[in-house]
Amino acid sequence: MIPWWAIALIKAAVILFVVVTTFAYSMLFERKIMAWMQLRPGPNRVGPWGMMQPAADAAKMMFKEDLTPETADPLIYRLAPFISLVCAMGTFAIIPFSESSAGIWGMGNVNAGILVIFALTSIGVYGISLAGWSSGSKFPLLGSVRSTAQMISYELALTMSVIGVLILAGTTSLVGIVHAQRGLWYIAPQLVGFIIFIIASVAETNRAPFDLVEAESELVGGFHTEYSGLRFGLFFIAEYLNMITVACIATLLFLGGWNPLFGLSIVPGIVWFIVKAGLFIFMYIWLRTTLPRLRYDRLMNFGWKFLLPVATLNLMVTAAVVAVTAG
Amino acid sequence: MSLFYLLAVILIASAIFTITQKSPVYSVVGLLVNFLALAALYFTLNAEFLGVIQIVIYSGAILMLFVFVIALLSSGVGPFRAGPNRLPRIAAPALLTTLVAFGFLIFGIAQRPFGPLPPHRPTSFLGNVGDPNVFGSVGDFGVALFTVQLLPFEVTAFILMVAVIGVVLIAGDAVPQPTLGRHRPQKRAAEREPILKAPAP
Repeated sequence: MIPWWAIALIKAAVILFVVVTTFAYSMLFERKIMAWMQLRPGPNRVGPWGMMQPAADAAKMMFKEDLTPETADPLIYRLAPFISLVCAMGTFAIIPFSESSAGIWGMGNVNAGILVIFALTSIGVYGISLAGWSSGSKFPLLGSVRSTAQMISYELALTMSVIGVLILAGTTSLVGIVHAQRGLWYIAPQLVGFIIFIIASVAETNRAPFDLVEAESELVGGFHTEYSGLRFGLFFIAEYLNMITVACIATLLFLGGWNPLFGLSIVPGIVWFIVKAGLFIFMYIWLRTTLPRLRYDRLMNFGWKFLLPVATLNLMVTAAVVAVTAG
Repeated sequence: MSLFYLLAVILIASAIFTITQKSPVYSVVGLLVNFLALAALYFTLNAEFLGVIQIVIYSGAILMLFVFVIALLSSGVGPFRAGPNRLPRIAAPALLTTLVAFGFLIFGIAQRPFGPLPPHRPTSFLGNVGDPNVFGSVGDFGVALFTVQLLPFEVTAFILMVAVIGVVLIAGDAVPQPTLGRHRPQKRAAEREPILKAPAP
């Protein structure tokens, strides 16, 4: 009999291996797609079709010099990337990837699932704000204050758009939400919530067109200006993992998770999940190549004066409809 | 049980770390660890919702505000200079408060000594306290909030609303402060220049 902690460790190792590999290849995928959209060949030197590019990047990261500025606070400067990475990786402990007769494909079915993910994301913001502060120079500080304000603002709209789904499903468990979508995926009754979720999630993951954090033209590199080598790599991984997490959550909440389309249950659930999540990742890349960056005040105005009220309205209408039809 | 003692040690150690640090950011990190350990303590009691909300509200919102203020006010990394030593003045009241608080704690513990749970366990809305997904779970919390605790819940919401309106009044429409001792008629809101001009379309 294998003890429970050994099973948990093996599961965690497998999930992290898969997720980090996904990160490496979604980075290549992104560079390739952006290149094609801009009529360039993209990375094509390392390995066939550029397939070994992620490994080359990782090797480069590892052998670069790890600098700490003299003005930096050494302890917090070293701690910050780990906070970001641990929170980004931690969310995968809660995400169920598929389901079979043996149980859930994932670490565990947490009853407060989606709330735990929000909790971890809110801790992840500390990585960015502490990194910016502890670097002891002005660009990281400005970048981190910006990004923290942006993430906190859009977290509200994001949460509000998710609550509509929670009301319809009547549960906060991610597995429960997917089960509730066996008939109709929530993208249909929660279309407004879905659109708000997509917009807010782009801002929440600090990706273009909301990548004010690393607006190179104004802030050099944002909060990670001073970071180099592997520590920069940790931030980089965390950022991509956050994008993958958000794609997974969008799949679970709005596209029915591993529920098959057209009743094609011959295709295993995990394939459906990967296809749907991949669709979202492609959409984020597509957005990045298409749209220019927003100006900071417009971003904040949009978040507070448009997105949040619409999300609140959507929530109230959903609650009213559920209250009337359930009674 | 050993998990409880581990978390308790982390809780107390991080609290001491928080109040003894000279650099405010170290205090914030200590407080963050403290909040997380408290949330973990809630998780060990099967009170998932309470634990998550502890993280989202305290670590995610309130402590983040502290970080914001510290980052904007002390952009240098150097620690704050030590102020005047106020320990002699506050020692006696602090000691008294601590003793009274400890007295209450010990009194409370003495009422219900350590040991196995009583045969008739207290029940919550969804079942027996201590069972998984009962006390502190999302459902139980919701039922409590909208039935027994409805009045405190509404009163809290009202107080928060008042605070929000107050903040908007203070920050949103800055009235130029008249200089002391000299009367200066204030312009009406419509005549004043806007603080932030709307971006040109």
